[in-house]
Amino acid sequence: MLTKRIIACLDVDAGRVVKGVQFENLRDAGDPAELAKAHSLSGADEIVLLDISAAHQERTTLLETVRRAAAQLFVPFTVGGGIRTLEDAAAVFAAGADKISINSAALADPTLITRIAGRFGSQAVVVAIDAKRVNAKRIDAQHGENGMQWEAFTRGGRTPAGRDALAWAREAESRGAGEILLTSMDRDGTAAGFDCDLTQAIADAVRIPVIASGGAGGAEHFVDVFRDGHADAALAASIFHYGLTSLGDLKQRLGSRGIPVRWPC
Amino acid sequence: MIAIVDYGAGNLVSVKKAIDWLGYQCAITSNPAQVAKAAKIILPGVGHFASTAALASSGLRDAISAAIANRVPFLGICVGMQWMCDGSQESPETTGLGLLPGQCERFPEAVKSPHVGWNDLEVSASSVLFRGVPAMPFVYFTHSFRVPATAMTVAYCEYGGKFSAAVERDHVFGVQFHPEKSGEIGLKVLENFCSL
Repeated sequence: MLTKRIIACLDVDAGRVVKGVQFENLRDAGDPAELAKAHSLSGADEIVLLDISAAHQERTTLLETVRRAAAQLFVPFTVGGGIRTLEDAAAVFAAGADKISINSAALADPTLITRIAGRFGSQAVVVAIDAKRVNAKRIDAQHGENGMQWEAFTRGGRTPAGRDALAWAREAESRGAGEILLTSMDRDGTAAGFDCDLTQAIADAVRIPVIASGGAGGAEHFVDVFRDGHADAALAASIFHYGLTSLGDLKQRLGSRGIPVRWPC
Repeated sequence: MIAIVDYGAGNLVSVKKAIDWLGYQCAITSNPAQVAKAAKIILPGVGHFASTAALASSGLRDAISAAIANRVPFLGICVGMQWMCDGSQESPETTGLGLLPGQCERFPEAVKSPHVGWNDLEVSASSVLFRGVPAMPFVYFTHSFRVPATAMTVAYCEYGGKFSAAVERDHVFGVQFHPEKSGEIGLKVLENFCSL
């Protein structure tokens, strides 16, 4: 049976992990390559590395980090952050990434999705959508479902993009995106649970997989987003804060609740 | 030397990286002469079946056919395995190698497509590729078309019905999943091929 994926996410600044899945018994908790490898061995189905470096000159550092991490990683590896052009994407793939994640650049120029997919395949293109619940009057009423609407934001969630998140997800799919990485701005950092309404609305609107992100505070939240939110995958950031000791622990809990997971792996 | 055939479709870094990790000599090549000399051939592939048309126009198809006839071990991965069929519904005008009868087909409407993620396999005990792999192994898939069950199928996967996750006969192998992205199990499958 196709399993629900648990994806470990590492936020990296200037070549160091600044936020990510916490881990015990690690020699260097800040080294992205070490962490990525440790997560994959402990049961992460996939690794996402998000570069949050503000300075453009950190690109060389990022590519070196990707290269080091990829060399010992044999599960799917996605890299996002700061990818603005086909050439940026090509450099990240050459360094060993399997997929790239694009957000602001795709909103600014949606043809970027098609161009990267045309060269590297749709399976390699993840479109990240940062969505926030909005007053229905703010955007085109035809896209609302059950009276709820979400708007896509850019620049790390700071700037409203003026796009309905549902319509944008559909457009991203039609332009060649292989997956949607959906972050709820309302839930991110709250530990109040994933936004299952948002996740379900997007997951039911597209045929491509949807990765839920933002708000996990416990194993039950993962159960909810897989069962009610119809998510295909969920992003785990600070797993240690969920009262769990490891990704394996999370997977065992999900398995015992009837969610198909890759465990043991 | 193991030749990893480059026909301009997608990213071959991951496959090379896995073979390097296992300690076997390999090279990414688009040169038919180098493919003809290879001790083993891996044909990866992502994206659209139509991209395999480049194999015929570049002379790589003839080099691969001749090598297979000379009993050189061959492994097709993902679209590389699909190309072993007569053809695919994805691109009816593109001809496959014809080692596997029939056409690659779409998933039924009842399931989401593409099929992305880790799914488990039902493996034949006699399989060479899966030698030493535990029962019901999980492997990573990402594809929109699939190879139906054939007489060469050695591993089945269930997603909107059973399909061929791996095929083998003598020195010819194909896997629909990505062994280079399937953790320890994937590495074992690659090792089983590389050590032939």
